[in-house]
Amino acid sequence: MSGNNSILQLDGLRKVFGGVVALDGLCLSVGENTITSVIGPNGAGKTTVFNLITGYLAPSSGAMIYKNTRLQGTKPHKIALLGIGRTFQNVRTFPDMTVLENVMVGRHARSRAGVTVSALLPAFLRPEEKRIQAEAGSWLDFVGLADAADMPAGSLPLGKQRMLEVARALAIEPDLLLLDEPASGLNSRETIAMGDLIHRIRENRITVMLVEHDMELVMEVSDRVAVMNFGRLVAEGTPREVQEDPEVIAAYLGE
Amino acid sequence: MAARDIIGFCILIALVLVMPHAVGNDYYIGVLIFAAFNCLACIGLSLLMGYAGQISLGHGAFIAIGAYASGLLTTELGWSPWTAMAAGAFAAMGIAFIVGIPALRLKGHYLAMATLGFASIIHIVAVAATDITGGPAGVLNIPRLSLFGYRLDSDTRYYYFAWTAVVIGLYLAFNLIHSRVGRGLRAIHGSEDAAGAAGINTAAYKVQVFVVSAAYASVSGSLYAYYVNYIDPGPFDVMHSVLLVTMVAVGGLHHVWGAVVGAVLLSLLPEVLSFTAGYLQVIGIQYRPDYDILVYGGILLVIMLFLPEGLFAGMIAGGKSVWNLVKRVIRGKQVVRE
Amino acid sequence: MEIGLTTDMLQFLFMGIQRGAIYAMVAMGFNMIYNATGIINFAQGEFVVLGGLMMVSMTMALNLSLVFAFMVSVAFVTVVGILMERLTINPVRRPTVLRLIIITIAVSILLKGAAMCFWGKGSHYMRHFTDAPPLEIMGAYILPQTLWIIGMLALVVIGYVAFFNYTMTGKCMRACAINRDAARLAGINDRRMVMLSFALSAAIGAIAGIIITPIIQMDYARGALLGLKGFGAAVVGGLGNSMGAVVAGLLLGIIEAGSGGYISSHYMDAIALVIMLGVLFVRPGGLFGSSEMVRLKEF
Repeated sequence: MSGNNSILQLDGLRKVFGGVVALDGLCLSVGENTITSVIGPNGAGKTTVFNLITGYLAPSSGAMIYKNTRLQGTKPHKIALLGIGRTFQNVRTFPDMTVLENVMVGRHARSRAGVTVSALLPAFLRPEEKRIQAEAGSWLDFVGLADAADMPAGSLPLGKQRMLEVARALAIEPDLLLLDEPASGLNSRETIAMGDLIHRIRENRITVMLVEHDMELVMEVSDRVAVMNFGRLVAEGTPREVQEDPEVIAAYLGE
Repeated sequence: MAARDIIGFCILIALVLVMPHAVGNDYYIGVLIFAAFNCLACIGLSLLMGYAGQISLGHGAFIAIGAYASGLLTTELGWSPWTAMAAGAFAAMGIAFIVGIPALRLKGHYLAMATLGFASIIHIVAVAATDITGGPAGVLNIPRLSLFGYRLDSDTRYYYFAWTAVVIGLYLAFNLIHSRVGRGLRAIHGSEDAAGAAGINTAAYKVQVFVVSAAYASVSGSLYAYYVNYIDPGPFDVMHSVLLVTMVAVGGLHHVWGAVVGAVLLSLLPEVLSFTAGYLQVIGIQYRPDYDILVYGGILLVIMLFLPEGLFAGMIAGGKSVWNLVKRVIRGKQVVRE
Repeated sequence: MEIGLTTDMLQFLFMGIQRGAIYAMVAMGFNMIYNATGIINFAQGEFVVLGGLMMVSMTMALNLSLVFAFMVSVAFVTVVGILMERLTINPVRRPTVLRLIIITIAVSILLKGAAMCFWGKGSHYMRHFTDAPPLEIMGAYILPQTLWIIGMLALVVIGYVAFFNYTMTGKCMRACAINRDAARLAGINDRRMVMLSFALSAAIGAIAGIIITPIIQMDYARGALLGLKGFGAAVVGGLGNSMGAVVAGLLLGIIEAGSGGYISSHYMDAIALVIMLGVLFVRPGGLFGSSEMVRLKEF
């Protein structure tokens, strides 16, 4: 099931905040078209990994290779254009824009109109605008939010906002999608829907990497699970292997 | 363009056509012409502040650049007013680009102070560089504009011309808002991180909208120069930059129409006040034009405290509740009939 | 020739310290409010103007003694500062940065307008604190008023350090500045600290206005530029760092006076602003802050 080719390679990734070592030489390889979960206790450095990959933080040392491209030193928007999408731990939808517009923002990476053209021609004379709208609509359909298209994003309940964020991230047509705690704050029905959505995303040949605390979801969707503690990789393997790993049990149950 | 924006355009154009006949007095037409200049600058500023969420207390400087470019290039080098206006706009955009790159890396208070400092520097230069700008004496004999062989020499002609410029400016602004670029700007306002994750080059977009808004301000400055035919540094002081921001804020930050409403209302305010001064005198209050600034500050403060969405949003909300009331009354009557 | 040069330099140094002391005090006022609230108070320059003009009325019109007039003027502006906080900052719930900026701008317009209506548009003469002739030091002259200004700055700095290090209230204010939530949990009334910060900030502004007025002859419109340059000092010193602000204020004043003398007096006012922009663009955390701290701040 998991391809042999790795789409993302983290090599000796280190991040120091002030005097605090958040990541201490993390090595991890993410296989193409897999679902890889990163788990670990709070403060293990999981979100830091995402922020490094997507360019919001610069690593203190180490390398990140995505499809033969080095990611370090690349700005977040360039990384999005390379095909890495992400969501945020505390949802960051654009509350004043409609649900559809939120996803249309995601199409930004795959459209071109600049200031001059945009200012001179009204929207109905720009075919690209229609295309953006249609494509955004189909991604809304994909996550099951088509009904809410014209509502302000800020008025959606949290579960739907998370779905919306996923739709926006999908709209950039990523090859690698990073989901930061997609099920946090969701009820069990919404969590099941999220798991189902993650499976369907992978069926679209998109590699998924997620940070998640909900172990049921992790064990259900993941092909590979990476366990982190104190900024290091403690264990890596299939969900079953990881569950039986004594070091993982120690990390979770405490010394 | 949404349906309600088209309605807004129709109302605006109707008002523009009706006003000269309603006021029928060159002085008031002059006031409305100044309102048009402020409108134009505020539309640009609204794109920057309301949509991209970036403040500028320095747009008076871009108005000055447009005005001085028009004034100097026409009088000193004999350029045509139109070419000079274009040159001014390009100069303003160039300077906005150079200043914008470092300035827009700053946020909130820092950005406000940096732009205020920039405006202050430009004003000081306009006063001090006497051999270029004429210093406090200013630039005299700036020619009038001509359009298709028509000299825009009467106030009424200039009035229609200036408000046509406002309508064109609005048209461009609305196209921009309802486009990929406009969505990008609003996304930056919503969350810069999330905008970046959607592939938006947030730094570049902020600079771009700063440049666009500088162009609006510059054109407004040029139109001003061609109307009054004489410029000096006086009107381009820091206070003018602040006034532009207050116009946008009073009207409402979240919509371009707010900028239009705010600019028109606050431009007319001194006239309204001097008009009411006569009535105040009847009840024994001696009103002096000096008090204008107090009324101005008071209005701004009251709106920021009690109606932070601005007058335009207030008008819309008020209109809606009246409409609902009317509907309820009508429906109530129907119930009675049944 | 060489002697002439040093005399000139000394003269500019005196002038620079005199200007710089004012910038330093305005900057301290900015820092007070910034530390307590994260707000940059655009009405800070207006406090300076009000202090100066009030002092003019107290001494020139009412002929009060210097000390009494000084106290009345400072008290008056302090009350203005408190009212500003109570009436315009405190009532705002869910404030956005943009809204707070515009509110303090509105207050500055109101104060400026009030000053204009009450004191008129002209500039106001006020006699110097002492009548003594200028002192000559190595060929350069220093006004007794400049010595007053330096002395006042020293007093304000000493008072500032003593207040924040040795009084309970001062320590509480520092706690609020570092972590407001934690301070609240420790039982500190953070709302009162914010009010206090406005009061102190207004008082420092007033003192600055009072001592500079005999030299510059205050008028209602001075606030904007004084505020802007004071903010420049605060930025160069690192916003929130008041000792940095004092050094930076003096430095700006001296550079300004020197460039006014050696380069061009017309552009003198722009020099401090250019330096401010330079620091904001290149090192927004100020010249004296550690780069580590700077990176964690939001600009």
